[in-house]
Amino acid sequence: MKTSAGTYAIWGGRLAIFAGAAVLAVAPLVFRVTDVALLTEFLSLLTIAIMWNLVAGYADIVSVGQHAFVGVGAYAFFGFAVIAHVNPFLAIALAALVAFLFAIPVMAIIFRLRAAYLAVGSWVVAETLMLAAGKLSAFGGGSGVSMPVSVVRVFGVHPAERYATIYWIAFAVAALALASTWLLMRSRIGLGLTAIRDDEEGAGVVGVNLSGLRILCFLWAAPFLGLAGAVITLQKLRVAPPASFSIIDWTVYVIFIVVIGGIGSFEGPIIGTVIFFLIRSYLSEIGVWHFIILGVLSIAVVLVEPRGLWGLVRRFLPGDVIPITRRPPAPVARQAESVPHA
Amino acid sequence: MLGGWLNQIVQGVLLGGLYATFAMGLSLSVGIMRFVNIAHGDLIVLVSFLILTLTTTLGLSPLLAVLVTLPITFLGGYLLQRLLLQRVLGKGVLPIILVTFGLSIIIQNGLLGTFGADTRKVAGGSFETATLVLGGGINVGLLPLAIFLSAIAMVIVLDFVLYRTRLGARIRAVSDDVAAADLVGLPSARIYATAMGIVGVTIAISAGFMSIWTNFDPTSGPSRLLVAFEAVVLGGLGSLWGTLVGGIIIGVAQAIGAQVDAAWQLLAGHLVFLAIFMLRPEGLFPKY
Repeated sequence: MKTSAGTYAIWGGRLAIFAGAAVLAVAPLVFRVTDVALLTEFLSLLTIAIMWNLVAGYADIVSVGQHAFVGVGAYAFFGFAVIAHVNPFLAIALAALVAFLFAIPVMAIIFRLRAAYLAVGSWVVAETLMLAAGKLSAFGGGSGVSMPVSVVRVFGVHPAERYATIYWIAFAVAALALASTWLLMRSRIGLGLTAIRDDEEGAGVVGVNLSGLRILCFLWAAPFLGLAGAVITLQKLRVAPPASFSIIDWTVYVIFIVVIGGIGSFEGPIIGTVIFFLIRSYLSEIGVWHFIILGVLSIAVVLVEPRGLWGLVRRFLPGDVIPITRRPPAPVARQAESVPHA
Repeated sequence: MLGGWLNQIVQGVLLGGLYATFAMGLSLSVGIMRFVNIAHGDLIVLVSFLILTLTTTLGLSPLLAVLVTLPITFLGGYLLQRLLLQRVLGKGVLPIILVTFGLSIIIQNGLLGTFGADTRKVAGGSFETATLVLGGGINVGLLPLAIFLSAIAMVIVLDFVLYRTRLGARIRAVSDDVAAADLVGLPSARIYATAMGIVGVTIAISAGFMSIWTNFDPTSGPSRLLVAFEAVVLGGLGSLWGTLVGGIIIGVAQAIGAQVDAAWQLLAGHLVFLAIFMLRPEGLFPKY
């Protein structure tokens, strides 16, 4: 196996990921508070993007209702930390649990719809949950409510300290999401998911348990989305139905990120989130037109290269930067004359 | 008190007529092309703004404005299918959802950039406020009644086109089995595009009704889509009469919810939909 330029590129990519992870691991020690806040948002969005990609890109559950679980996590965290006076750190874990518990009935509803209708069905469910959250008077009803200072101080007395604490939580959530999903994709389950991605009928024929894997992915994603919701609430210091259940922030942007970065690959959501954050500051200056640019880009991607930017790059690489597929063992070279292909 | 409730139910039925007109186009595209167009509600809002512009800048009456938009929307639907949707049809669920989703975001923000975020309404003149007093506390607005009757007329006409005409037979053939239709020489791409043109016409009609009866703004599309989707699923896929019934169920649920408290209006519609859907996932009158 000779070392080609492609192999160097792959190792370069891996090096870039490790360098990025190393920088993120010490970010609060070296960056300013505003940058730390921005990186916290980056990690939350990355977590959500990884999960949407798992559910839509691999398990083929094209949900437009991801923001439901982010909102449920946000409200659950607030409920436990502020109303029930649970230790706020424990409340974050409980937010994941509540999001998971919500995922079970939601799944029972939307899995009854055929794939083409599931997208809007999940949206209906998310909308219903958002409107229901607006009816909770303990959470300030339709206008929402801020977190009391006593709870906020648990995470740090000074703003800089608090931002750092919240950042570490976001970092831990994103790291857990990435590492555990990577392990999932490396397992037999991941092999089945990749098979579903490539050819659903074929995967079913060779014995991949389609519905079982779908259920697993959907339930896998929910607690992480709930954790992201808790982190986002900590950052915003308040819950409100339209903000906590924001379809723009947790579904529209996330879909654009994953589609443009590369759906159905492990690298896609990471690249998409990085690009999104790099251009976000420039984009926000042009108001509504940045949505139009993102929309046109994502349609172009679907038409031209359904595997996104990563799909383009991957054409020139001999393997994945983040290895999730095992290569079959190389066949032993035989001296026999090759059989001509019919 | 009873009269108040009865009146609410009557208003709900009439509102259901409007919802059914939103859902008619979606029902067609679901029945024929087997996909849910996420931009459906945004297309309705887009055409509403077109009608608004025609009435305010050219001074046309709303009826005339709708008539002017009919050929435009037919062509729009035809071209949308021919140039964009046809390219991703038959490649599985993901591409078509992503494309219509992107389209939805583009339309919403294009309207925001062009018209601003203000809530608008098309002035319908004296016809808007005319009511029939039926006694017992029940008042029926002439405009909602006209819209309800138009919804029924739409179902009859569309049913006739689909099941009694040569074009309808071709559309159904293509929708049943594209490969077989292509084999016998049917131009499937053109037939799909024509069907989408018909969907465009229903969008123009429902946009005309919506813009006179209710307020709308550039971000009203998604809520219209959800109501249309609920009506289609409740009625049963492929059944236009079912879609009408589905629309009426959502309208009545919302009206009764609004009677309890204004904030309950939307929530009641969704909850009733989810409850019926859990009991009968295939809808009330499924055709396939």
